[in-house]
Amino acid sequence: MKIAIVQFPGSNCDHDCKHAIGQILGAKVQYVWHRSDKLTGFDAVVIPGGFSYGDYLRPGSIARFSPVMKEVARFVTKGGVVLGICNGFQILTEAGILPGALMRNKSLKFVCKDTWLKVGTTECFLTSDVEMGKVLRIPIAHMEGRYIVDDYTLEQLNNENRVIFRYCDKKGGIAEDANPNGSIENIAGIISEGRNVVGMMPHPERVCEESLGGTDGVLLLTSMLEATKIY
Amino acid sequence: MMLDTQLIEQHGLTMEEFNLAKEILGKEPNLVELGIFSVMWSEHCSYKSSRKHLSKLPTEGPQVIQGPGENAGVVDIGNGLAIVFKMESHNHPSYIEPYEGAATGVGGILRDIFTMGARPMASLNSLRFGSMDHAKTKYLLDGVVAGIAGYGNCMGVPTIGGEMFFHPSFNGNCLVNVFNLGLVKKDRIFLGKAEGIGNPVMYVGSKTGRDGIHGATMASEEFDEDSEERRPTVQVGDPFTEKRLLEACLELFKTDYVVGIQDMGAAGLTSSSIEMAGRAGTGIEMDLGKVPKRETGMTPYEVMLSESQERMLLVCRKGTESAVKEIFDKWELNAEVVGKVTNGGMVTIKDDGEIVANLPAAELSESAPKYTRTYSEPENLAERQSFNINKVSEPRNLTKTLLKLVSSPNLCSREWVYKQFDHQVMSNTIVMPGSDAAVIRIKNTDMAVAMSLDCNSRYCYLDPYIGGMQAVAEATRNVACSGAKPIAITDCLNFGSPERADVMWGFIETIEGITKACKALGTPVVSGNVSFYNQTDDQAIFPTPTIGAVGVLEDHNKLVGQYFQSPGDVIILLGEIEPEIGGSEYMSFVHNVEQGIIPKVNLQREATLQKTMIDLADKKLVSSIHDISDGGLAVCLCECLFTTKSNDQVGFKVKLKSDFRDDITLFSETQSSAVISINKSYVDLVMGLAKANALPATIIGEVTTSEISFEINGDKKIICKADELVSAWRGALPSWM
Repeated sequence: MKIAIVQFPGSNCDHDCKHAIGQILGAKVQYVWHRSDKLTGFDAVVIPGGFSYGDYLRPGSIARFSPVMKEVARFVTKGGVVLGICNGFQILTEAGILPGALMRNKSLKFVCKDTWLKVGTTECFLTSDVEMGKVLRIPIAHMEGRYIVDDYTLEQLNNENRVIFRYCDKKGGIAEDANPNGSIENIAGIISEGRNVVGMMPHPERVCEESLGGTDGVLLLTSMLEATKIY
Repeated sequence: MMLDTQLIEQHGLTMEEFNLAKEILGKEPNLVELGIFSVMWSEHCSYKSSRKHLSKLPTEGPQVIQGPGENAGVVDIGNGLAIVFKMESHNHPSYIEPYEGAATGVGGILRDIFTMGARPMASLNSLRFGSMDHAKTKYLLDGVVAGIAGYGNCMGVPTIGGEMFFHPSFNGNCLVNVFNLGLVKKDRIFLGKAEGIGNPVMYVGSKTGRDGIHGATMASEEFDEDSEERRPTVQVGDPFTEKRLLEACLELFKTDYVVGIQDMGAAGLTSSSIEMAGRAGTGIEMDLGKVPKRETGMTPYEVMLSESQERMLLVCRKGTESAVKEIFDKWELNAEVVGKVTNGGMVTIKDDGEIVANLPAAELSESAPKYTRTYSEPENLAERQSFNINKVSEPRNLTKTLLKLVSSPNLCSREWVYKQFDHQVMSNTIVMPGSDAAVIRIKNTDMAVAMSLDCNSRYCYLDPYIGGMQAVAEATRNVACSGAKPIAITDCLNFGSPERADVMWGFIETIEGITKACKALGTPVVSGNVSFYNQTDDQAIFPTPTIGAVGVLEDHNKLVGQYFQSPGDVIILLGEIEPEIGGSEYMSFVHNVEQGIIPKVNLQREATLQKTMIDLADKKLVSSIHDISDGGLAVCLCECLFTTKSNDQVGFKVKLKSDFRDDITLFSETQSSAVISINKSYVDLVMGLAKANALPATIIGEVTTSEISFEINGDKKIICKADELVSAWRGALPSWM
């Protein structure tokens, strides 16, 4: 199996994703340049974090026009697994592949810190190996991470078990205090209606080694590798 | 046109300098040439007041691959790898326009590193602001931090640490010193040399605009009430372009096309072309008509003096031009052949074929004016250093005093700052911001690199010689606290006007102190920067020679942190507490006294302490190490609790014996001492090791759960819940901002 990591000008977590998935977890990974119009032979696609096109205009708003995004959309339609992390999540919402939008943090400042995440569903390629309700420690690093969505879609997300992570406290309590950016209902990550596209603001690739401060990212990325074998 | 006196003056040149320029050219310079002399001979670019003194600094060692004089210093770390590092100031622009000033400071230092062929791995910063209640302080702090974050985060280079200090002497001049360290294969280092007659000279990166003209000259003058009007001399940064420039250059460096490369920083196209030719003993012929420009109608004068960011000048092998262009095309960046390397040593600037400037490259830098500025001890030095502790009454409630100190601007948590910096991108950060040293691991090896920036501006005001020594001692000590061996330093020397004798005296004293400490501790200076004219309306800043120390840990599994780990661990003081309260944070913040004799620096003791800490780490005998600095032993112990990790809160119980006043015992900032915590079973081993090294070691207490307590000579002096202490420390900065 092989995982594609899409590179836009300004992507900066591409190397980290390759290191975590390729070197730590031992999967085959390959970079795909944003101008590429081919996305064949891959079992999953990762859209990494960073500042594609410098976040100019709005994060993700220019990247979504890159040729590769047409291929990503096609890949999604065919049921392919796509994980968007941070800027990747922003690009997926801008492209209309995931609902909602990521707005400027409530503090109006960039926030880099550890957050606690409560797993909201295990019917997801990223959490299928993780216990329901488990609390994970995964860092965030973003300026625009405040998830917003219209009431109707929010109800859908909730009813269909599509909120995969919510920011919580250490013990799993979903409180405003634990919300680092003002996201609606503490939402940190969601899955598409077809359950094959995930967008999340926290960075699992940054916590895959004990020496870097934790290994909760391994749980998620391993789930993805296991799950994509089945697809 | 004839140049009049006023025009020459506006260019910051004295009549003697102008005459020297005439002599070098053998004729009267035209306006473009005058502009070039003006920036090349500005204090910022020529180091004309400092060069003579800087030559005293030790710059050599078996580990040094490249010392001062290039874009950055290079040090061998083994395994075929080298680290490239440097620190730069961006003080003047940051005061005028904090966001862009700080942002372009980061952009500039990053280019200095990757122009050498290295991938930038980690940034640090050292910041100085005026007092918290000064009208401008919050605005500057907010803007500077946002600027560093805005640029660094977008570049995907983690900002992993630094230091910050508030004092009224910085009310009119903030300091923004930015440091970066990169990693390169030892045999893939690139230098700024225009070699090979006939080789093409290429301009790559962003287009040239009218921004930043005379930025270097602006940074070579003191401020007055009209300084705000100089906002147009501050450049505007575009980190997205720089990120592409970084990736394109690193892709280019994998090929064998490049002969030499230099970034266009201060004085832009002027200094890059002249310095590259000067270093190689060649000349360059360049046509400004071929330079990619952002706007129409730019004059040769403007093109040569623009400090537009995100640009590089490179010399490649003849015939590889189109291959180079292809790489930059991929990253959607300009790459144009603008000239060629010539012999004869002249830099010849043409504008669409017509010669507009013609200057000898080597002479321009070699014959630059060098000044021996007059210097003399400040008149009030004796008064500064005199102080009688008996005139200051001892606080009755030392618990309250400690809580007040840990929540003071200079000692409280910096989380508000570093939370805005991406400190984890690149997946190498193994010690997060907030500790003595920041540490990154080197992938595919067992090694880690530790780094720390330090300087106590108040010490340097009271005694610049000892202050300079102390800055080196503390920076290297912080590196050693993590278990790493310090191997080299970089410096960023921030002072007032060199034309003032007392400022110059402080500068010279500081250099002597740094020199002595570097020799004793085996850490040569491999790169550096001088920033003079940090003064407003004749009010100079406290002298601030910021030192950046770098060290190597052979096995990153042996890394030691600053924080207490387990209740029951024994706490040991390495070194001794002496009555050295002069110039301390305690005296300044609690008693508003900034006088006295600052703590002495015994370099032999310092070397012994550092060696012992490295030994303890190597033998895996310690749970934590933290040195004593601002705030003394009491604050040092508290800082061992201030982890950002969400472990269960620990505390400590400490019993001290002392002949001094309690406040002196608790808050004296004695140098070359540290607090360690160890598992009980290692006590004999550790005490034995200290003894063998002739380092005093005293068991002073143990790590407990949830409470802190100090007992002196049998009496309880401080008792407090650890939670209360931590929230006082953590809440201070956010509550001001």
